[in-house]
Amino acid sequence: MKKAVIIDDEPLARSVILEYLAYYPDITVVQECGDGFEGRKAIAQHQPDLVFLDIQMPKISGFEMLELLDQVPPVIFTTAFDNYAIKAFETHAVDYLLKPFSRERFQAAVSKWMSYQQPLAAQVAVQAMLESGVYQAEQHQRVVVKTGGNIRIVPVSEIHYFEADDDYVTIHTADSSFLKDKTMQHFERILDPALFVRVHRSYIVQVQQITRIEPYEKESHIAVLRSGAKIPLSKTGYPKLKKVLGL
Amino acid sequence: MTDKKFLFAYTLCWLLWIGVQAWVLESLALGFGWESALIDSVVSNALLALSGLIAARNLKYYRPGRGRYLYLVIWNTARSAIITGVTYWLLTHLLAQAPGYIYFLQKSLPVRFCLAFLISGWMTMLGWIWYGKKEEEENEMRKAEAARLTREAELFRLRQQLQPHFLFNSLNSISALAGSRPEEARHMIQQLSDFLRGTLRIEEEQVQTLKEEMQHVQLYLDIEKVRFGHRLSTIIELAEGSENYLLPSLLLQPLVENAIKFGLYDTIGEVVIHITSRLVNNELHVVIQNPFDETTAQALPGAGFGLASVKRRLFLLYARTDLLETKKEVNQFIILVKVPQQERLNKT
Repeated sequence: MKKAVIIDDEPLARSVILEYLAYYPDITVVQECGDGFEGRKAIAQHQPDLVFLDIQMPKISGFEMLELLDQVPPVIFTTAFDNYAIKAFETHAVDYLLKPFSRERFQAAVSKWMSYQQPLAAQVAVQAMLESGVYQAEQHQRVVVKTGGNIRIVPVSEIHYFEADDDYVTIHTADSSFLKDKTMQHFERILDPALFVRVHRSYIVQVQQITRIEPYEKESHIAVLRSGAKIPLSKTGYPKLKKVLGL
Repeated sequence: MTDKKFLFAYTLCWLLWIGVQAWVLESLALGFGWESALIDSVVSNALLALSGLIAARNLKYYRPGRGRYLYLVIWNTARSAIITGVTYWLLTHLLAQAPGYIYFLQKSLPVRFCLAFLISGWMTMLGWIWYGKKEEEENEMRKAEAARLTREAELFRLRQQLQPHFLFNSLNSISALAGSRPEEARHMIQQLSDFLRGTLRIEEEQVQTLKEEMQHVQLYLDIEKVRFGHRLSTIIELAEGSENYLLPSLLLQPLVENAIKFGLYDTIGEVVIHITSRLVNNELHVVIQNPFDETTAQALPGAGFGLASVKRRLFLLYARTDLLETKKEVNQFIILVKVPQQERLNKT
């Protein structure tokens, strides 16, 4: 018996999937969710074998919800209209259904999911897509993070700097810092290069937060932020920063 | 005034003046007879008329820029001198035999020059004003035409903004209903058709009453309620009499769409959209209110476009920028639209 979770903010959209799934006696829908927060909890609780996921949902999108998970489940995306998302799906060979979809198209997607010898392959594709950051331009204006049991949506303008921390990245704001399961390359790719500069292997800094640049020991420099934080500049990072600042 | 009409009037004036001058010369009894007086009058005035015409015509093709009026003075002086010279030469030949005429001609040369200069200057001034005004009128017409074209194109484009997300999701809802509740599916197809038809039909009409606009908005709200019925509710309060007030068609539609989008995607749980209308100083005021979360207000695709386009449209129609106000109050986003009730908005 396989477990499925349906996440969509429109009850009728969920009911189509339920109806189409009735043809598969060995797939049980363990939960229906109306938003990403519920969805995240349901996935953590049930560890489903398959998730039907809508993209545009209240508060956090389907993509953002996936970013909050420790492990990405096998996903079939459903969306009505989203050019960015469709481009991302196609680039990464991730399966998706365009609403409204026919029973035939739905069954093709489910058959594809069943045929995976190792469901992991599909999950790797989704993970790669999330990492690429190409999916939704609007979402590069904010970062969704977990703090304890809560979820916070942090606008990028409030982020002072990013710091590499083993396999994670620590995001520093004025009053707190958050751990995010991403790489420095990911943030370097999605952030506006005129606002955020990778000044060091382990640091990306928001240039507007920099108050001054000071020499540090021999031949090296540090950037001092408004908050007083000192960020080391590497040999390649210093010229990059100077270029962005127009020095 | 056309060129032909002008030439006719111009000629008539000079013919009259020729008569007057001949009569004056004759009545002064200078001794050279009325024939000679007439010839003098015809020749000198014909040349003056010609000079005046040239002076005015020149300005059609060339009007010197600011501070270069000296050019005109020099040109007028030269032309007046030439005209006086030609007059002198012609008359000395034509009227050599008239007794005492040559003496009179020589004595009157300064007066003739002054007259020529005066006429030339006068015509230059008239021409300047005439052709200047004509050019200005042409510019004005071109500008008005350009503005009209831009406005039309813009309005067309603004109205054409289809909502693919809304459309496809509605179709998906219909697809869901078709399986389990075909009657409801049919009803929703009806609603969606009416809504789309309304969007197309209204394009031809510039204005409509608040009542008509609200009927269209209501269709949209009904469809959204099928999609989000569990979360969405609306409160609509229209002030008495305001239903017959006029507003640009489909003005409220994008604002209501915006309110719904923000309400549904920026909050979790029940969403109440308030729409109220008031009459203030012969203006129709419509307030649209929706819940939102200031701390997380996410950049939704298309949101903000609605507001900007309505603002632009109001500016194009009324040349005012103060007709759309937005305000944020304890998790409520409030939009106020003011529609002046002008004569030109009257439905024909």
